[in-house]
This record gives sequence, C-alpha cells and structure tokens, in this order.
Amino acid sequence: MTAIAEQQRVWQREERRAGWRRAGKRGLLYTVATLFALFAAIPFAWMVFTIFKQNTDLYNGKNNPFLYNDPPTLDNIRLLFNQTNYTTFVVNTIFVAALVVVITLIAAVPAAYALTRLTGRWGESLGIAIFLVYLVPPTLLFIPMTRIVAELGLKNSRWSMVVVYPTFTIPFCTWLLMGFFKSIPWDIEEQAMIDGYSRLGAIVRAVIPVSLPGILTVIAFSVAMTMHEFVYALAFVTSSSEKTVSIGVTTELIRGDVFFWQSLMAAAAIVAIPVALIYTLFLDRFIQGFTLGAVKG
Amino acid sequence: MATIEVRGLTKQFGDGPPAVDHIDLASEDGEFLVLLGPSGCGKTTLLRMIGGLETPTEGDVLIGGRVVTHLPPRARKIAMVFQSYALYPHMSVYDNIAFPLKAQRLPKEEQRKKVAWAASILGIEQFLNRKPRQLSGGQRQRVALARALVREPNVFLLDEPLSNLDAQRRASARDELQQFQRSIGTTTIYVTHDQVEAMGMGDRIAVIDRGRIRQIGTPKEIYDDPADTFVATFLGTPPMNLVERDGLIFGFRPEHFTPANGSHSDDVVRFQFVVHREEYLGSERLLYGEIGSAKAVARFPATTDVELRIGQPVEYVVARRHLKFFNPRTGERTRD
Repeated sequence: MTAIAEQQRVWQREERRAGWRRAGKRGLLYTVATLFALFAAIPFAWMVFTIFKQNTDLYNGKNNPFLYNDPPTLDNIRLLFNQTNYTTFVVNTIFVAALVVVITLIAAVPAAYALTRLTGRWGESLGIAIFLVYLVPPTLLFIPMTRIVAELGLKNSRWSMVVVYPTFTIPFCTWLLMGFFKSIPWDIEEQAMIDGYSRLGAIVRAVIPVSLPGILTVIAFSVAMTMHEFVYALAFVTSSSEKTVSIGVTTELIRGDVFFWQSLMAAAAIVAIPVALIYTLFLDRFIQGFTLGAVKG
Repeated sequence: MATIEVRGLTKQFGDGPPAVDHIDLASEDGEFLVLLGPSGCGKTTLLRMIGGLETPTEGDVLIGGRVVTHLPPRARKIAMVFQSYALYPHMSVYDNIAFPLKAQRLPKEEQRKKVAWAASILGIEQFLNRKPRQLSGGQRQRVALARALVREPNVFLLDEPLSNLDAQRRASARDELQQFQRSIGTTTIYVTHDQVEAMGMGDRIAVIDRGRIRQIGTPKEIYDDPADTFVATFLGTPPMNLVERDGLIFGFRPEHFTPANGSHSDDVVRFQFVVHREEYLGSERLLYGEIGSAKAVARFPATTDVELRIGQPVEYVVARRHLKFFNPRTGERTRD
C-alpha cells in the first residue's frame, strides 16, 4: 500500500517536473519570438510615429521619438501628395513591377525547367553561370545600359526600367526556380504524361501548380527589386512623371541638404506596409507543406 | 484488353553496356507478368519503354498487335503506377482520380460516375475529399490504383508499387493487388526485385539480369527448373546450393539436402557437409556450412530432429532427380 503510494508520489513529481520543462521551453520560445517581433516592428513604428510629427517635435533631440510632445499633424502627408507626384510614382512603380514580373516569369520558368530537366549535368553549371550574371553590380552596368536604353529610344521613360530590370531579375529567379523544380519529383510529370497530357500539358497541369510557392517567391522578389532599385532608375529617368517611388521621393523630398523626413517616412510607409502585409498573408499560406505527401511517406 | 510484345528492344545510355539488351518478350492477354531482377538490371527501363517514357535505341513495342514505339505515352492507352505513387499533391483524391478523365475531356457527370466506380472497387470512397499527404502509404497506393483503373486502360504497368509499404501491410497488399488484377482481367506488367512478390503474384515471371532475360516461365518452372546459375541463386531464400564437381556445377535446393543416415541408395549423390552455424527460424531450421570450399545451406522443417555436429564433416545426400547441372564456364544449364 505504502509502496504504491510512494510510487505514485514519484510519478507525480516527475510529471510536475516534465510540466515545468515544457513551460520553460514554451517561455523561451515566446521570449525569442517577442524579441524578434519587436526587432521587426520597431522601425515601422518609428516610421509611423515620425509621419505625424511637427518639425519642432522631431528635431528636438531630447524628445522621445515614440511620443507626441507637440500635437500630431497631417501636414507632412499633405506635402507628400500635393507638392510631389507621389501618386504618379506609385502608379509607375506598380506598372513597372507588373511588367517586370510578367517578363521574368515568361523567361525564367521555361529556362529553369529546361535547365533542371533536360540538360543533365550541364544544367547545374549553366544555372550557376546564369546566377553569376546577377552578381555584376548595376553601378558597373548602368553605363553600357544607358547606351542601350538610348538606342531603343526609351531614355527618360518608365519603359527603360521595364527593359532593364529583367536583366537582373531573370538570372536570379531562374536560379531560384531551379531549386524548386529540382524538388519536384519527375514521377508526377511522367504520370501526367501517362494520364493523357503532352509534356507541355504535364508541365502546366502538374509542375506549375506544385511549384506555386516558387513562382510566388519569384513574384515577390521581382516586385521587391523593382521597388527598391535605385541606380538604374536614377540614371535613366529624370522627368517627374516617369519616376518610381524609390527615386521619386528621394530626389524630390531631399532638396539640397534639407530632408523632409516626415514626408519621406510617409512615402515609404504607404508602400511598405501593404506590401509587408501581402507577403505575410500569402507566402505563409502557400509555402507550408505544399509538396508534402507528393511521393513516398 | 490487349497483349504486350517487345521485339529486339534495346536501350543504351551513354557509352556503357546497354541497360536493356535486345529483349524479346510477349505477354498473353489478361496475364499478370512479373519482371524480376536485381536493382539496375534494366527491368524499370524496359517498363518505361513499354510505357513510352523512354525512347528505345532499337527494337519495337507492340500493344494489342499495333506498333506503338513512336507514339507518346498518352496515345498508348496504358496506366502506370509508380513506386512513389506520384499522386498530385495539390489535388484532392477525387481530382487525382479524375485527372486522366479530364485529359480525355469527359463530361463532368460521367467523370463523377467513373471516379465513384473506381473508388468503390478500391474502397476509398471516404477519402475522396482528402489531400494525398493526409493518407497512409496503403491508402495512397489504392488512390494510385484507382487513378490507373478509372481510364480503363489496355495495360497496367506497375513499378514496384509495394516497396513503400511496411512488411506487414505488404503481405495484404499483395493479396489485394492480385485479386484486383484477377477481377478486372487487364494485362499487367509488374516490376519488382522482390522474389516473394514475383512468386506469389505472377502468372509468369521473366528473370532479368544485365539487360537480358535469363528465363521466363511460371513461378514453379523458374524455381524448380532454373535455366542458369543466376536464376538458380536469385530465387529462393536461401538460394540454391552450387557445388563444383567432376567438371560440372551441381545445383540443389537447401530443402533437398538431407543427412544420409547410413542409407546406401544408388539414387543419391553424396556430399561431405561441414556445418558452421545453425539458424532457428521458428517454422524451420537452416544449417550453414561448407562442402569442400563451397558454401552450402541445408533446410529442415522445425519438426524434424537433425543431429548437429558443428565443425565435423557429416555425410549428406541429394536425390538425383533434385540435382541440376550447370556449365561452370557459362553458368548455363547442361541437360544431364
């Protein structure tokens, strides 16, 4: 009797200990996650607080950047929309981004597929060679590119960016997609061919849907590149009506040595926050376990 | 329903020896034909050429008497089940099974009927809305079979469909698969490296090694009457004993290898057998040892008592009718 009671006490103690260990692990996880969330969120918070600050508040070094010492104001946003072509910049950015995405997909998907599936051993080396092209910096390439853009009659036009940006999105995205295609088993494609489709039909119906996470990554990457590319845009475009956000706001809200910080922050936040939200919503959903259970157990 | 025939079929990859080397093979209508061989012997390449996934270097493939060598897979009206099952991970089980029907542009209503029919045959009606990743290995296999069945193919090509199942599940899957094939009566070519699957399921077995067919016959013929030493040692666990004597290789199955017990019959051949080790397997016992310098095994039902003297030569016998003779140079059978 007592032996049983003793044993039960030991078990209970062990269970309590295991419980503490679990709680400890959980606590650590949450601490790390919280710290990481703060790390990611603080720049955004700072940005948003700054947008509504008056100059006297912002430029007083003793003021807490996360508090309003003077009443908040909308003047800075008004300045952004009324005294610069911000709306045009955003429209141009979306225009360029959309076209760059389309061109990149049209070129990179077949290229990556061919390099992974058809050329055997050569595929890998060619893929790396293509990737190396991406590493040549725009600061070197913009001089010859200017010549090309001029020859095409696209100087000072947003079309110049549509033409030039794929030169770095395609190599990188091809390389990226090669990784995705490599993870897709041949079997699925061959099965689709047995099931009644041509090779092209098999690619469209079996390979592309399964590599959707990769294609979404390509879209995200191309959009992000278009949004933050600076050197080419600065070199090719001077008139305000053709600028994208990244050069538009920096050329028009930094006048000499005067930085319109609040309006700059507003310009960045207005495009960055929606994009960040879209990324979190979509990528998360698509990437997780998409190819799991395709083959084997 | 159709027969499959290949004539002089050859596949060469690069410079090495051909993966498939001038194979001639013909199935009967409705037959369950097993291609058996060690990995890398060319059996999968042969299957893939029949399916149209690989272009032969030479030779022809005929399905139902028609040459299909240069037709793409989709035109051959075949169904194939891959080792991995190759289910489409982004589709539900229903859409997986309906996929070949969509390719045929069948009306939706008819698709539904056929999927329901195939699903009921394989007992997977309750999974139709699930995704492949939510299924167990055995369930995935049945989905793959349903997808193969739904288009009512001329021929089934199965590439080691059981190798991803655990040992227990495999035995029942073997049974299910065979019953399934018998009930639909479609000519089936089944690739495996597992002799138990081959012996248990095949109407006929084609034993393949290094791109060539070594022997083709019923499981009984292959086991009792091997054409050469490769077939003799590839089938049977433990394999046939091979002992060189008088310029010939004597082959005999471990179950025919018994102690002489002082008998003086003339119908037997005698060997001095030195036992090194005994393996007790519950239903049977295996004695491992040597005859001269050749390794040999004897096998007894656990019910018989055999006196064991480890390390000492004991006289063992094999009845003459159980002996096969092989040419030591070519390994081929010499008619006694």
